[in-house]
Amino acid sequence: MTMPFYASAEQIMRDRSEYARKGIARGRSVVVLTYADGVLFVAENASSALHKVSEIYDRIGFAAVGKYNEFENLRVAGIRLADLRGYSYDRQDVTARALANAYAQTLGNIFTEQQKPYEVELCVAEVGAEPNEDQMYRLSYDGTIVDEPQFLVMGGQADALTSSLRQRYKAGLPLEDALHVAVGALGSVGGNGAARDLPATQLEVAVLDRTRANRKFRRYVGPALTALLPAATAEQAATPAPADTPPHDVALDQPADRSTDGAPG
Amino acid sequence: MAVEIVRLFQVELEHYEKIEGTQLTLDGKANRLATMIRGNLGQALQGLAVVPLFAGFDVDAANNGRAAPASGRIFSFDVAGGRYPEQYYESIGSGSLFAKGSLKKRWTPGLDRMGAVRVAVEALYDAADDDSATGGPDLTRGIFPVVRLATAEGTARVPDDELGGLVLDIVEQRRTRPGS
Repeated sequence: MTMPFYASAEQIMRDRSEYARKGIARGRSVVVLTYADGVLFVAENASSALHKVSEIYDRIGFAAVGKYNEFENLRVAGIRLADLRGYSYDRQDVTARALANAYAQTLGNIFTEQQKPYEVELCVAEVGAEPNEDQMYRLSYDGTIVDEPQFLVMGGQADALTSSLRQRYKAGLPLEDALHVAVGALGSVGGNGAARDLPATQLEVAVLDRTRANRKFRRYVGPALTALLPAATAEQAATPAPADTPPHDVALDQPADRSTDGAPG
Repeated sequence: MAVEIVRLFQVELEHYEKIEGTQLTLDGKANRLATMIRGNLGQALQGLAVVPLFAGFDVDAANNGRAAPASGRIFSFDVAGGRYPEQYYESIGSGSLFAKGSLKKRWTPGLDRMGAVRVAVEALYDAADDDSATGGPDLTRGIFPVVRLATAEGTARVPDDELGGLVLDIVEQRRTRPGS
């Protein structure tokens, strides 16, 4: 006769957490930090078409790590929620706090009710009229929501990256310096002790810039990005971009060898 | 109704852009607008008709085999959702007949920025002149027409201080030659 199957709630939750954490730690990292004019998103991403960073609304941006199909789902849901709210009320009524709450509810429900939790970690950021009004929320696979004041790191080797970034980060840096800090921190891990040089083709960079009119989100690609990067990595940017590979599945030490595709303008 | 259609259309285009990560082509936008107008047919038959004019800078013009000067494109529509590409200029509304007549005589190929704005404001003035339902510029309160320019860099409204001088100039000219 078979034994009746029993697993304690604690055990189930622990297993799910471990499963989600493993999935998230496999991917490359994303760094989100505040700078003088707003919020800067820097992701290590070999693909120029499959984004980890996205615009949600006028003042709200989104960054994610983990399983692409899962965070893409959440991204689209977020844009839909924001657009719907902005259309039925007013554009000013769309806030990062409300959106982060909605994400937290969704992730929390999925974590407790579904067999498999979402293997994602999200960041919802909002740029304010003044630097002290900038907001960044970190959302974990289990629906935990944390308000981060200065910077946050998600994805593989997050702990090492966080301490590396903490040493470099200063509040109120201009864009170029903030980008150097973020790229330097991203390059400081995963190179077996040595610092890696990250060329423009390996980076996905976007900002929420409070000096812009209406829609504050701007993506930096191609020459605009190369001009912002430190000279050493800028030179390497001339080499062809790696192919479109889902960001989640790319191992850190496997250079993609497929041909380039045209970067969107 | 027109304001509502414009608002919904803007939200739809922005929504598409954010979800897909790329903008809809100008032809795609025109088709989408035609579908919206077609969807409004029921209300149009009850008297709440909306007939838009859609114009924009086609960034994909080169891909479609169009020469660079053909990047500026205009579409007109009918209430049933018919979509008609127009050449050179087009007008819509109760005074559009007079406006188009004015445009026909004043428009020339290769106008510069302020030249094009001038031709448009003159056309509006002519429409206001002859059509009782078209409002002209309000010089007393400084209320000028809304003029937007679509270029490769995007669309932008012509600021009132720039437009104010132009409108004053046009009104002054008309005052000295009332018959023109």
